[in-house]
Amino acid sequence: MNGFSLCPDAIDGAAEARRLDDAGAGACVVFEGWVRNHNEGRAVQRLDYQAFAPLALSEGGKILAEARSRFAVRAASAVHRTGSLAIGEMAVWVGVSADHRDAAFAACRWIIDEIKQRVPIWKNEHYADGESGWLHPDNSPVDGAR
Amino acid sequence: MKFRLLYFASLADRAGCAEESIDSAAGDPAVLYEEVRQRHEFTLERARLRVAVNGRIVAWDHRLQDGDEIVFLPPVSGG
Repeated sequence: MNGFSLCPDAIDGAAEARRLDDAGAGACVVFEGWVRNHNEGRAVQRLDYQAFAPLALSEGGKILAEARSRFAVRAASAVHRTGSLAIGEMAVWVGVSADHRDAAFAACRWIIDEIKQRVPIWKNEHYADGESGWLHPDNSPVDGAR
Repeated sequence: MKFRLLYFASLADRAGCAEESIDSAAGDPAVLYEEVRQRHEFTLERARLRVAVNGRIVAWDHRLQDGDEIVFLPPVSGG
């Protein structure tokens, strides 16, 4: 099955990877985005992800469909977490299977880049100093003064 | 016309709510955004946003209809 989904609980990467099974595939590339404990020099304690679900699902589905037409892949799938995440948790999972590794690497990279640009999901970082803030795609704060 | 507005991320924080129903004579999302921007003191310029009507991304001059659900989308930061 190929699809984009939102997940309110921990992402099971091994279960997701089974969606990529294809006897014709000779390569599988998976990208996992993890919550790190720092951003722009500040200590981060946790993240919240908020999604506009109907549009996130349709936009994510379009990205995967585009990937399948742009690259010679067998299957492509992606999952994004929502809600509150601790350091080290998986925020996003992208997986691609293809006959050959070039297409698998290229498609996986393209998909995660498009997700970050287009899918209506927002990240709120909670800092060790008690402040929090919504981020832009380049990880800079939305409100200049914080 | 009556519209339902949904807010996310920094716009929800500024507005102090995740959604509201409003009456407005705005004919397109560009005019509507300026109205709510002044009322809620949003700092994001319209040029930084996208807009969705009834779950679909539309142009800023999209003609609004009574009962539309409108979402002003701040720059996204998933991944």
